Amino acid sequence: MSPSGPAEPRRRRFGIGFFFRTLGLIFVVVVILGLVYLLYPRPMLQSEPIEAPQAAAQVDHLRPVSDFDNIADLRARSVALFEEAGRVIQNPRCMNCHPRSDRPTQTDAVRAHTPWVSRGFDGGGEPTMRCSTCHQNENIEASGVPGNPLWHLAPIEMAWQGKTLGEICEQLLDPARSGMSREELLHHMAEDELVGWAWNPGGDRTPAPGTQQEFGAIIAAWLDTGGACPQ
Amino acid sequence: MKRSVTEPQTAKGRFGMTRRRMILGGSLLGGALLVGYVATHPMQVVGAILSGGGTDPEPSAFGSFIRIDADGWVTIVNKQQELGQGIHAGLAAIITEELDADWDRVRVIDARSNFGAYGTQVTGASNSIATHWDSMRNAGAAARAMFVNAAAQRWNVPPGSIDVRDGVVTHAGSGQSAAFADLLEAASRQAPPQVPMLKDPSAYRLIGSERVRRKDSLAKSTGAQVYTQDVQRPNMLVAMVAHSPRFGGRLARFDASDALNVRGVVDVFAIDTGVAVLAETTYAARLGREALRIEWDDTDAEMRSSSDLFQYYHDIAEGRGDVQPADFETIGENADAPFEGDVVDFAFDFPYLAHAPMETLDCVAEINGWDVSITSGAHMATIDQVVAALTARTLPGKVDLEVIPAGGSFGRRGLPQSDYVAECVRIAQRVQGRAIKLIWTREDEMAGGYYRPMSHHRVWVQTRSDGLPERWRIHSVCQSVVPIPLMPNRLATEGISHSPYFSTATTVKGKIFTPSFPVVCSLWRSVGHSHTAMVMEHIIDQLARRADRDPAEYRRTLYQAAGDTRRIAVLDELLLRSEWDRPLEQGWARGLAVIEAFGTVVGQVAEVRLELGRPIVRRVVAVVDCGIAVAPDQIAAQMEGGVGFGLSAALFGAVTLKDGVVQETNFDSYPVVRMNEMPLVETHIIKSTNRPTGMGEPGVPPIAPAVANAILALTGVATKSLPFLSGNAATNAGFPMQS
Amino acid sequence: MYTISVNNQTYDVDEDGQTPLLWVLRDILKMTGTKYGCGIAQCGACTIHVDDQPMRSCTLPLEVASSYRITTIEAVEGTEVEAVRAAWVARDVPQCGFCQSGQIMSAVALLRTIPSPSDSDIDTAMSGNICRCATYNRIRAAIHDAAGTLKGAAE
Repeated sequence: MSPSGPAEPRRRRFGIGFFFRTLGLIFVVVVILGLVYLLYPRPMLQSEPIEAPQAAAQVDHLRPVSDFDNIADLRARSVALFEEAGRVIQNPRCMNCHPRSDRPTQTDAVRAHTPWVSRGFDGGGEPTMRCSTCHQNENIEASGVPGNPLWHLAPIEMAWQGKTLGEICEQLLDPARSGMSREELLHHMAEDELVGWAWNPGGDRTPAPGTQQEFGAIIAAWLDTGGACPQ
Repeated sequence: MKRSVTEPQTAKGRFGMTRRRMILGGSLLGGALLVGYVATHPMQVVGAILSGGGTDPEPSAFGSFIRIDADGWVTIVNKQQELGQGIHAGLAAIITEELDADWDRVRVIDARSNFGAYGTQVTGASNSIATHWDSMRNAGAAARAMFVNAAAQRWNVPPGSIDVRDGVVTHAGSGQSAAFADLLEAASRQAPPQVPMLKDPSAYRLIGSERVRRKDSLAKSTGAQVYTQDVQRPNMLVAMVAHSPRFGGRLARFDASDALNVRGVVDVFAIDTGVAVLAETTYAARLGREALRIEWDDTDAEMRSSSDLFQYYHDIAEGRGDVQPADFETIGENADAPFEGDVVDFAFDFPYLAHAPMETLDCVAEINGWDVSITSGAHMATIDQVVAALTARTLPGKVDLEVIPAGGSFGRRGLPQSDYVAECVRIAQRVQGRAIKLIWTREDEMAGGYYRPMSHHRVWVQTRSDGLPERWRIHSVCQSVVPIPLMPNRLATEGISHSPYFSTATTVKGKIFTPSFPVVCSLWRSVGHSHTAMVMEHIIDQLARRADRDPAEYRRTLYQAAGDTRRIAVLDELLLRSEWDRPLEQGWARGLAVIEAFGTVVGQVAEVRLELGRPIVRRVVAVVDCGIAVAPDQIAAQMEGGVGFGLSAALFGAVTLKDGVVQETNFDSYPVVRMNEMPLVETHIIKSTNRPTGMGEPGVPPIAPAVANAILALTGVATKSLPFLSGNAATNAGFPMQS
Repeated sequence: MYTISVNNQTYDVDEDGQTPLLWVLRDILKMTGTKYGCGIAQCGACTIHVDDQPMRSCTLPLEVASSYRITTIEAVEGTEVEAVRAAWVARDVPQCGFCQSGQIMSAVALLRTIPSPSDSDIDTAMSGNICRCATYNRIRAAIHDAAGTLKGAAE
């Protein structure tokens, strides 16, 4: 790209430009040498045995039903039992699937589900954004996405969020809203597979307190004592 | 090399390059480049060092950027980084315009890093079109002249009587014509003109037309486009690195025994940035990393929480901190004198922000002796090449850096430190002759630093009786994003300094406080403007409101006093296009912001309503003056993207520390705007014959103040910090569906 | 050892059953059109079709995937796909393009379920796909375009 033309006037060799050029070059060389020093490999640490940390497994048990036997008043005992059950019912694992809107919540903070999803006609998501787009039949460890074969939202009539424990209690006992007889209610609480997920939520989610068995026993005892609701 | 350090006490300070040393290294390198720029003919100095860098381009008679095949297809070499902004099409269109080639028979390929052939390959500061406006026009015009001269000789007519259009050379007088392909050999023997004749902008046929479209849309719609994450090389291993969970933390001890038992894990070793796990697949590398047991030494680590840091910043701004300020703006006599009369006190807090490009950080490297071969979506190829060479202790010319499109960057891939490239090279050194693909997970990227710095701005304005500003005092607190010691922290105050809103003031004093601690910061799309635009534009609306004046009229008064005709033109067009004077439905309000960044003036009007305290933005009208609009459709695309990116940050963007540990690790805790939250963006371009300026970043800054100003209009409540929604609120109110 | 059906071909894959299908596609089968963006089913860049239903492959274990017919961006086909691709190119939807494989897989599934989607249908079906370049305006317009093309072809 340099066709021979008339010779350009010769530039002065020792002008200010030469001075700066040299200075710049020296600076750059010094910096490069400095970098080589800084970046020169040092000996690296080697692997050494470290004891595995002891996982402090702490199960937060529900009180056994027998604990409530000393409450003489049957109604008071029933209410106390339901309040104990309330530790599970109002746990994020349960509340997240009983939202007050069409949108589920998630995490221990009970914040809105992201991405945006909606319950759809069957509680399993909109036809174009089913729960199963992301949720499998089991908790997926690699992604932390929870799952269950029955994964879906509770019907809107069974919205728990924003309600007191007493209101939730009334709602549970009202077949028009819960869609369940007392036997079915007991089965839902004590044996339903999706409810059981709450004690095995995977990821870094906090499980519901106790076990489903303990919870089932409390619910059964509550119903046996007349199914009284807290005020 | 001896590798027998087991005693942590003695090992401390000896196991390689810490983050801090890396920053220092990058600083020195950056300093070198800077001094080169300032002091002398930098390209000659750097060129002497980089000579022979990269693989030579295919030789072409038409220069480094243009190749023409026998079938008449023109191949244009894109020397800048394509990271979504469509620069490949913009630069190619400039060449094609001057070459008068057929745009439909132009293909664009990406240049490797090669200083000798292409000059500095650094994409940033929205500079690509602006900086290459002359060189690309000259390249195209020179090649065109070669075809014209060849035709003139063949037909024996004067060159001045020859026309070229869509790759066909014609002589109207004789009715002769020839395609580029027919003249190829003769043209390539011509000497290119020293000073080619350039077109007058009024003669442009391609530039500024809707025909300038991307060349990569099909490849990006079929899954065929290859990103660094997709690169396959024979026998390649995947690398992941366990980094310190705290900034400034060092590796104290690690136990690789469990990790090495994971199926597919090949090797585990310490490097200066943590513990590297090499495996046959990405999943195995991840499982291997999870199986590591590591103890970190937090002696020098940052242990504070975000709330502590904000308190620290507030103290600094009020002169109670340990950081000495530097003046960044002084206007008038006695600018430090106490304020009197009507003084308004403003304070703003902005959090750290992660870039979160869709493609996380990744890099492929292979080292054979002195030769380093890298494939990367390299934002700053020239710097990456030098850093790779220094890290591998070889010459830059021995580094073959293949630059491929990146799945976004927003600045994260454009660090002077080239942190992840250096990390990849370090790992590749351990397995000579075998390619390594370094993958950072999303969690690594979000917790890995190099953030938009958090900042605090305290501004006092003394107003005149007509409500216009009389005196300004600004105290800005912000870490430096450029790792060059002693360099003025100008990027933290760009957008405030030289503001036209100072035009009525008798005195202005701006002080910048630059604290330094281990949380690393860097360039983030629109850099300082990402926070200073909110400061200035939201203050102006509050001042206008106090003076009971229309914010648009208040701005125009100040622009007129400043003689800022470009902003006036943008403002007027914006008012027209947004129907500023037509009231909106009940519950909706408009908010306005006008900024200048990277030489481009952008104004945006956002239509906002509040639902359960949550801003809903349905429409944004934008007007831009970016000089000659080379690729109008891509300007609109960048405006849409800028609004979405800026709105993500404004609504929910925040990286927070708790006891020094980053709390946001993925899109569930660092939400970004999704389809249902994206406003409709309308872009209007001011006609201009000025040299083009950049468009990649200027669309970002105005949206946050535009929304804040709309909220101010709706509720009378000013916004003092971003994001508008944090923690649970970021998702809780439940964004309703739009429309 | 698992046998999976991807794009109408069967492959024997000797990996752990819990391996997300995403990494089987990318690292074992070298089908890299399906992207890793978050790994936790937040961004949708890894969207594939499982028996024609869109799913996130980052949270689909190999052992589950082996019971289904998997289709990826490389081989998805049909009138909806052609219409969507043509609209994507005509509008220059992609910027960096990294999320677009997933966007297109979701858009195709949407149009197969709702041939003429409303804006609200688009919000529902597409809000699981993040685009950091914020090409949402163009994605929405391109889906409407594609719906128009399909309608025109059907008449």
